[in-house]
Amino acid sequence: MDGIHDVGGMQGFGHVPPLTAAPPFAEPWEGKAFVIGALAARISGTNLHAFRHGIERVPPPEYLAGYWNRWTIGAQTIMADSGIVTEEEVRARAARLSGRDVPEPPPPTPHKPQMASGGAGNLRVLDTPPAFTVGDRVRAADLHPTGHTKLPRYVRGRAGTVTALQPSQVFPDTAAHFAGENPQHCYTVEFDSTELWGPGAEPFRLSIDLFEPYLEPAE
Amino acid sequence: MTSAPEHLDPALRVEALASLLIERGLLDEATIETFVKTYEQSVGPMNGAKVVAKAWTDPGYRARLLADGTAAIGELGFKGPQGEHMVVLENTPAVHHVVVCTLCSCYPWPVLGLPPSWYKDPAYRSRVVREPRQVLREFGLDLGDDVEIRVHDSSSEVRYLVLPERPAGTERYSEAELADLVTRDAMVGVAQVTVP
Repeated sequence: MDGIHDVGGMQGFGHVPPLTAAPPFAEPWEGKAFVIGALAARISGTNLHAFRHGIERVPPPEYLAGYWNRWTIGAQTIMADSGIVTEEEVRARAARLSGRDVPEPPPPTPHKPQMASGGAGNLRVLDTPPAFTVGDRVRAADLHPTGHTKLPRYVRGRAGTVTALQPSQVFPDTAAHFAGENPQHCYTVEFDSTELWGPGAEPFRLSIDLFEPYLEPAE
Repeated sequence: MTSAPEHLDPALRVEALASLLIERGLLDEATIETFVKTYEQSVGPMNGAKVVAKAWTDPGYRARLLADGTAAIGELGFKGPQGEHMVVLENTPAVHHVVVCTLCSCYPWPVLGLPPSWYKDPAYRSRVVREPRQVLREFGLDLGDDVEIRVHDSSSEVRYLVLPERPAGTERYSEAELADLVTRDAMVGVAQVTVP
């Protein structure tokens, strides 16, 4: 989806924050938020890709209101999708924890999605040959799926060169929606900065890992 | 146009959600404590620093690390979630690598732990793929014009670790002393390793 999460190349976010050696959790609730997100796929009977898509679907104002905020709402979103908990329940519980005597709504009925898994993790072995090889010129497709994708806007329609074949992997675009693991070949594609950002761009090269359905032969 | 629901304080949302999940037997305090302790104490950049120091002192290990990052990092016992397939990028006087995840916050947990705030910030994620030299300058790293910059966007399950340059003047340092010099920021590629 063309959402707020796809920030590559966007302007207006200002200076980068300072580098700090801060511990991972500034406050205890952040640690708890982390664990809820880390376990969200297991609790909701889904997967990592669905969790990422849950975060992507967090409304932009909430998405930008802090990392652990969007992480928690993303986790809650996929739990809500599976009938584990509702926003109304969370709000009522929050009110009660704040000392307000509000009634709590009844819990939903769980309905976890069912998708066959080819095993642990996301790497898979494919017996079909890869369509591209190192050195091939490829173009990132101009796709605009409404669901989850790992094809960011800033490379769509741009031409680059395959520099490495990575392990084949579960396809996030289908797995996030429980439409099958559908494993795909994965390529590191290198783009010249001027191809991405025009002739005035800083000189550098950018590499990104793209799944085969995102790529077309170039020229 | 409908208005968005009122923002709920995130700390309160977490407490409310956790209490519902605990009540339903889907989460418990002991699990929360174990996870938090693991990523506060055992899994963090000190792991990656050991990998880097070993690569600096053991040419055979360095070669294995660059050829098969996952296996070489696994030799030191570092594996697990967000480290399924590791690729190590070697910085040299001519080439400087820097890593980002523009779409979320993908990061090599087994060697670096959880990502720092700046890595997850939209400012870093949006800008480092467009003006990396300027971003590095803002972080305090002013690379010469003769240094080529390569940016890596972690968009699949492949995770990247930067092998920084060993600083001059450390010839007599032990592997453990070298590991103490290596910072998280250098292993993402937004800093260099320096001698204090």
